[in-house]
Amino acid sequence: MNCKGVIRELSSYLEGDLETTLLTDLEVHLKRCEDCRLIVDTTRKTIEIYCKAEPVPLPDDVRVRLHETLMRRLIRKSDA
Amino acid sequence: MHHMVDSYATLPRSGCWLAACWGNVKNAMSAAGSKPQLPSTIVRSDEGALVSAAKTGDLGAFEELVNRYEARIFRLTMNITQNREDAQDATQDAFLKSFQNLNRFQGDSRFYTWLVRIAVNEALMKLRKRRPNVVSLDEPVETEEDVIPHEIQDWDPTPEQRYARTEMNSILNEAIGKLDPIFRTVFLLRDVEQVSTEETAEALGISVPAVKSRLLRARLKLREILNPFFRRNATA
Repeated sequence: MNCKGVIRELSSYLEGDLETTLLTDLEVHLKRCEDCRLIVDTTRKTIEIYCKAEPVPLPDDVRVRLHETLMRRLIRKSDA
Repeated sequence: MHHMVDSYATLPRSGCWLAACWGNVKNAMSAAGSKPQLPSTIVRSDEGALVSAAKTGDLGAFEELVNRYEARIFRLTMNITQNREDAQDATQDAFLKSFQNLNRFQGDSRFYTWLVRIAVNEALMKLRKRRPNVVSLDEPVETEEDVIPHEIQDWDPTPEQRYARTEMNSILNEAIGKLDPIFRTVFLLRDVEQVSTEETAEALGISVPAVKSRLLRARLKLREILNPFFRRNATA
Protein backbone atom coordinates (compact mmCIF):
# COMPACT_ATOMS: atom_id res chain seq x y z
CA MET A 1 0.00 0.00 0.00
CA ASN A 2 1.18 3.54 -0.75
CA CYS A 3 0.37 6.87 0.95
CA LYS A 4 -2.67 7.41 -1.26
CA GLY A 5 -4.00 4.04 -0.21
CA VAL A 6 -3.66 4.99 3.45
CA ILE A 7 -5.78 8.10 2.88
CA ARG A 8 -8.34 6.07 0.96
CA GLU A 9 -8.66 3.52 3.77
CA LEU A 10 -8.20 6.02 6.62
CA SER A 11 -11.82 6.15 7.77
CA SER A 12 -12.27 2.39 7.76
CA TYR A 13 -8.99 2.00 9.62
CA LEU A 14 -9.96 4.49 12.31
CA GLU A 15 -13.35 2.85 12.69
CA GLY A 16 -11.81 -0.60 13.02
CA ASP A 17 -13.66 -1.75 9.91
CA LEU A 18 -10.74 -2.70 7.70
CA GLU A 19 -10.58 -6.27 6.53
CA THR A 20 -7.50 -8.25 7.55
CA THR A 21 -5.43 -8.13 4.35
CA LEU A 22 -5.84 -4.39 3.91
CA LEU A 23 -5.19 -3.86 7.62
CA THR A 24 -1.90 -5.72 7.42
CA ASP A 25 -0.84 -3.82 4.26
CA LEU A 26 -1.72 -0.52 5.86
CA GLU A 27 0.15 -1.26 9.06
CA VAL A 28 3.23 -2.39 7.15
CA HIS A 29 3.17 0.96 5.36
CA LEU A 30 2.68 2.89 8.63
CA LYS A 31 5.72 1.22 10.12
CA ARG A 32 7.96 2.74 7.47
CA CYS A 33 6.18 6.03 6.68
CA GLU A 34 6.31 8.66 9.40
CA ASP A 35 4.14 11.14 7.50
CA CYS A 36 1.30 8.65 7.26
CA ARG A 37 1.68 7.76 10.95
CA LEU A 38 1.32 11.43 11.81
CA ILE A 39 -1.69 11.86 9.54
CA VAL A 40 -3.44 8.82 11.05
CA ASP A 41 -2.63 9.94 14.58
CA THR A 42 -3.70 13.56 14.18
CA THR A 43 -6.90 12.61 12.32
CA ARG A 44 -7.76 10.25 15.18
CA LYS A 45 -7.07 13.07 17.65
CA THR A 46 -9.25 15.45 15.63
CA ILE A 47 -12.22 13.13 16.01
CA GLU A 48 -11.48 12.51 19.68
CA ILE A 49 -11.25 16.22 20.45
CA TYR A 50 -14.73 16.79 19.00
CA CYS A 51 -16.12 13.74 20.75
CA LYS A 52 -14.75 14.68 24.12
CA ALA A 53 -15.65 18.36 24.05
CA GLU A 54 -18.41 18.95 26.56
CA PRO A 55 -21.07 21.36 25.36
CA VAL A 56 -21.20 24.58 27.32
CA PRO A 57 -24.49 24.74 29.26
CA LEU A 58 -27.10 26.88 27.55
CA PRO A 59 -26.85 30.56 28.43
CA ASP A 60 -29.55 31.33 31.03
CA ASP A 61 -31.55 33.64 28.78
CA VAL A 62 -31.63 31.07 25.97
CA ARG A 63 -32.63 28.32 28.36
CA VAL A 64 -35.43 30.30 30.00
CA ARG A 65 -36.78 31.38 26.63
CA LEU A 66 -36.67 27.83 25.28
CA HIS A 67 -38.49 26.30 28.24
CA GLU A 68 -41.10 29.06 28.45
CA THR A 69 -41.89 28.86 24.74
CA LEU A 70 -42.00 25.07 24.69
CA MET A 71 -44.22 24.76 27.71
CA ARG A 72 -46.55 27.55 26.54
CA ARG A 73 -46.99 26.02 23.11
CA LEU A 74 -47.23 22.45 24.28
CA ILE A 75 -49.75 23.22 27.03
CA ARG A 76 -51.88 25.11 24.50
CA LYS A 77 -51.62 22.14 22.16
CA SER A 78 -52.66 19.59 24.77
CA ASP A 79 -55.57 21.80 25.88
CA ALA A 80 -56.83 22.13 22.32
CA MET B 1 -11.78 0.25 27.89
CA HIS B 2 -14.49 -0.58 30.35
CA HIS B 3 -13.77 2.20 32.78
CA MET B 4 -13.88 4.71 29.91
CA VAL B 5 -17.23 3.47 28.73
CA ASP B 6 -18.60 3.57 32.27
CA SER B 7 -17.50 7.14 32.76
CA TYR B 8 -19.12 8.17 29.50
CA ALA B 9 -22.31 6.34 30.36
CA THR B 10 -23.04 8.95 33.02
CA LEU B 11 -23.12 11.70 30.41
CA PRO B 12 -26.35 12.78 28.72
CA ARG B 13 -25.13 10.93 25.69
CA SER B 14 -22.89 8.00 25.27
CA GLY B 15 -19.58 9.74 24.62
CA CYS B 16 -17.03 9.10 21.96
CA TRP B 17 -17.05 5.65 20.45
CA LEU B 18 -13.66 6.27 18.95
CA ALA B 19 -11.99 7.24 22.21
CA ALA B 20 -13.70 4.40 23.99
CA CYS B 21 -12.88 1.72 21.52
CA TRP B 22 -9.62 2.80 19.94
CA GLY B 23 -7.41 1.05 22.42
CA ASN B 24 -9.18 -2.17 21.72
CA VAL B 25 -9.58 -1.92 18.00
CA LYS B 26 -6.74 -4.25 17.24
CA ASN B 27 -7.77 -6.79 19.85
CA ALA B 28 -11.31 -6.60 18.62
CA MET B 29 -10.17 -7.04 15.05
CA SER B 30 -8.33 -10.21 15.90
CA ALA B 31 -11.20 -11.69 17.86
CA ALA B 32 -13.28 -13.37 15.19
CA GLY B 33 -16.40 -11.45 14.35
CA SER B 34 -16.33 -9.28 17.44
CA LYS B 35 -16.47 -5.52 17.04
CA PRO B 36 -15.98 -2.88 19.68
CA GLN B 37 -19.30 -2.02 21.25
CA LEU B 38 -20.44 1.38 20.13
CA PRO B 39 -21.47 3.57 23.03
CA SER B 40 -24.57 4.46 21.03
CA THR B 41 -25.89 1.16 22.34
CA ILE B 42 -25.56 2.46 25.87
CA VAL B 43 -28.72 4.28 26.86
CA ARG B 44 -29.48 5.81 30.20
CA SER B 45 -31.88 3.39 31.75
CA ASP B 46 -34.73 5.81 32.34
CA GLU B 47 -34.84 7.25 28.82
CA GLY B 48 -37.43 4.73 27.65
CA ALA B 49 -39.66 5.46 30.63
CA LEU B 50 -39.42 9.22 30.05
CA VAL B 51 -40.28 8.81 26.37
CA SER B 52 -43.25 6.56 27.20
CA ALA B 53 -44.53 9.07 29.75
CA ALA B 54 -44.07 11.94 27.30
CA LYS B 55 -46.03 9.97 24.70
CA THR B 56 -49.02 10.00 27.02
CA GLY B 57 -48.73 13.80 27.21
CA ASP B 58 -46.65 14.07 30.40
CA LEU B 59 -45.00 17.46 29.91
CA GLY B 60 -42.82 17.01 33.00
CA ALA B 61 -41.25 13.91 31.48
CA PHE B 62 -40.73 15.72 28.19
CA GLU B 63 -39.15 18.68 29.96
CA GLU B 64 -36.69 16.29 31.59
CA LEU B 65 -35.70 15.07 28.11
CA VAL B 66 -35.29 18.71 27.06
CA ASN B 67 -33.08 19.39 30.12
CA ARG B 68 -30.99 16.42 29.24
CA TYR B 69 -30.33 17.20 25.60
CA GLU B 70 -30.80 20.96 25.14
CA ALA B 71 -27.10 21.86 25.41
CA ARG B 72 -26.09 19.22 22.88
CA ILE B 73 -28.88 20.08 20.46
CA PHE B 74 -28.08 23.78 20.73
CA ARG B 75 -24.41 23.11 20.05
CA LEU B 76 -25.31 20.96 17.05
CA THR B 77 -27.64 23.55 15.53
CA MET B 78 -25.13 26.29 16.31
CA ASN B 79 -22.40 24.31 14.55
CA ILE B 80 -24.57 23.80 11.48
CA THR B 81 -26.12 27.26 11.19
CA GLN B 82 -23.18 29.28 12.61
CA ASN B 83 -25.82 31.75 13.78
CA ARG B 84 -27.12 32.07 17.33
CA GLU B 85 -30.63 33.18 16.46
CA ASP B 86 -31.09 30.40 13.91
CA ALA B 87 -29.68 27.88 16.36
CA GLN B 88 -32.15 28.96 19.06
CA ASP B 89 -35.08 28.70 16.65
CA ALA B 90 -33.91 25.35 15.27
CA THR B 91 -33.49 23.96 18.80
CA GLN B 92 -36.93 25.12 19.82
CA ASP B 93 -38.58 23.81 16.64
CA ALA B 94 -36.78 20.47 16.96
CA PHE B 95 -38.11 19.91 20.47
CA LEU B 96 -41.61 21.05 19.48
CA LYS B 97 -41.68 18.73 16.48
CA SER B 98 -40.29 15.83 18.45
CA PHE B 99 -43.07 16.19 21.02
CA GLN B 100 -45.75 16.56 18.37
CA ASN B 101 -44.50 13.50 16.48
CA LEU B 102 -43.56 11.38 19.46
CA ASN B 103 -46.14 8.76 18.53
CA ARG B 104 -44.20 8.12 15.33
CA PHE B 105 -41.06 7.32 17.31
CA GLN B 106 -40.92 3.53 17.27
CA GLY B 107 -38.13 3.04 19.75
CA ASP B 108 -35.97 1.13 17.26
CA SER B 109 -33.22 3.72 17.68
CA ARG B 110 -32.27 5.93 20.61
CA PHE B 111 -34.62 8.80 21.25
CA TYR B 112 -31.60 11.08 21.09
CA THR B 113 -30.62 9.85 17.61
CA TRP B 114 -34.16 10.47 16.43
CA LEU B 115 -34.10 13.97 17.97
CA VAL B 116 -30.75 14.71 16.32
CA ARG B 117 -32.18 13.91 12.91
CA ILE B 118 -35.07 16.31 13.46
CA ALA B 119 -32.69 19.00 14.73
CA VAL B 120 -30.34 18.62 11.75
CA ASN B 121 -33.22 19.11 9.34
CA GLU B 122 -34.44 22.17 11.22
CA ALA B 123 -30.94 23.65 11.25
CA LEU B 124 -30.43 22.98 7.53
CA MET B 125 -33.76 24.63 6.74
CA LYS B 126 -32.68 27.76 8.62
CA LEU B 127 -29.33 27.73 6.87
CA ARG B 128 -30.94 27.37 3.43
CA LYS B 129 -33.24 30.29 4.17
CA ARG B 130 -30.33 32.49 5.13
CA ARG B 131 -27.90 31.35 2.47
CA PRO B 132 -30.00 29.76 -0.30
CA ASN B 133 -27.18 29.70 -2.83
CA VAL B 134 -24.58 28.18 -0.57
CA VAL B 135 -26.33 25.15 0.83
CA SER B 136 -26.74 22.32 -1.55
CA LEU B 137 -26.60 18.83 -0.17
CA ASP B 138 -26.87 17.31 -3.60
CA GLU B 139 -24.04 18.76 -5.61
CA PRO B 140 -20.87 18.72 -3.62
CA VAL B 141 -17.68 19.79 -5.29
CA GLU B 142 -15.26 17.05 -4.34
CA THR B 143 -11.76 17.19 -5.70
CA GLU B 144 -8.65 15.09 -5.25
CA GLU B 145 -7.09 18.16 -3.68
CA ASP B 146 -9.51 17.81 -0.70
CA VAL B 147 -7.77 14.70 0.49
CA ILE B 148 -4.14 15.68 0.12
CA PRO B 149 -2.68 16.53 3.54
CA HIS B 150 -0.49 19.62 3.60
CA GLU B 151 0.24 20.11 7.28
CA ILE B 152 2.07 17.10 8.66
CA GLN B 153 3.26 17.70 12.19
CA ASP B 154 3.08 15.91 15.50
CA TRP B 155 0.44 17.08 17.99
CA ASP B 156 0.48 17.23 21.76
CA PRO B 157 -0.39 13.86 23.29
CA THR B 158 -3.34 15.51 25.07
CA PRO B 159 -4.17 18.51 22.89
CA GLU B 160 -7.55 19.05 24.54
CA GLN B 161 -5.87 19.98 27.81
CA ARG B 162 -4.23 22.99 26.30
CA TYR B 163 -7.33 25.15 26.29
CA ALA B 164 -10.12 25.96 28.75
CA ARG B 165 -13.56 24.61 27.83
CA THR B 166 -15.01 27.87 26.52
CA GLU B 167 -11.92 28.62 24.46
CA MET B 168 -11.83 25.05 23.18
CA ASN B 169 -15.48 25.19 22.15
CA SER B 170 -14.93 28.37 20.19
CA ILE B 171 -11.86 26.92 18.44
CA LEU B 172 -13.85 23.83 17.49
CA ASN B 173 -16.90 25.80 16.41
CA GLU B 174 -14.84 28.14 14.28
CA ALA B 175 -13.02 25.25 12.65
CA ILE B 176 -16.31 23.52 11.81
CA GLY B 177 -17.60 26.81 10.43
CA LYS B 178 -14.83 26.81 7.85
CA LEU B 179 -16.12 23.59 6.32
CA ASP B 180 -18.70 23.54 3.58
CA PRO B 181 -22.14 22.88 5.20
CA ILE B 182 -22.45 19.50 3.49
CA PHE B 183 -19.17 18.34 4.98
CA ARG B 184 -19.71 19.72 8.46
CA THR B 185 -23.20 18.24 8.74
CA VAL B 186 -21.93 14.76 7.88
CA PHE B 187 -19.04 15.11 10.35
CA LEU B 188 -21.34 16.31 13.14
CA LEU B 189 -23.80 13.49 12.59
CA ARG B 190 -21.26 10.72 12.23
CA ASP B 191 -18.41 11.65 14.54
CA VAL B 192 -19.96 13.92 17.13
CA GLU B 193 -23.49 12.53 17.43
CA GLN B 194 -22.49 9.01 16.45
CA VAL B 195 -25.35 8.44 14.08
CA SER B 196 -24.66 5.39 11.87
CA THR B 197 -23.56 5.81 8.25
CA GLU B 198 -26.88 4.39 7.04
CA GLU B 199 -28.96 6.65 9.29
CA THR B 200 -26.89 9.67 8.25
CA ALA B 201 -27.47 8.82 4.59
CA GLU B 202 -31.19 8.48 5.23
CA ALA B 203 -31.42 11.68 7.28
CA LEU B 204 -29.66 13.75 4.64
CA GLY B 205 -31.15 12.01 1.62
CA ILE B 206 -27.75 11.07 0.19
CA SER B 207 -26.08 7.75 -0.58
CA VAL B 208 -23.90 5.73 1.80
CA PRO B 209 -20.78 6.22 -0.39
CA ALA B 210 -21.47 9.97 -0.39
CA VAL B 211 -21.57 9.97 3.42
CA LYS B 212 -18.26 8.11 3.55
CA SER B 213 -16.58 10.36 1.03
CA ARG B 214 -17.75 13.55 2.74
CA LEU B 215 -16.80 12.26 6.15
CA LEU B 216 -13.24 11.53 5.02
CA ARG B 217 -12.93 15.00 3.50
CA ALA B 218 -14.37 16.66 6.60
CA ARG B 219 -12.03 14.78 8.93
CA LEU B 220 -8.95 15.62 6.87
CA LYS B 221 -9.93 19.26 6.44
CA LEU B 222 -10.60 19.71 10.16
CA ARG B 223 -7.26 18.11 10.93
CA GLU B 224 -5.56 20.72 8.77
CA ILE B 225 -7.52 23.60 10.30
CA LEU B 226 -6.81 22.47 13.86
CA ASN B 227 -3.14 21.75 13.23
CA PRO B 228 -1.86 25.23 14.28
CA PHE B 229 -3.73 24.95 17.59
CA PHE B 230 -2.62 21.50 18.62
CA ARG B 231 0.78 20.84 17.08
CA ARG B 232 3.68 20.49 19.46
CA ASN B 233 5.10 23.81 20.63
CA ALA B 234 2.19 25.59 18.99
CA THR B 235 1.86 29.27 19.70
CA ALA B 236 -1.53 29.77 18.03
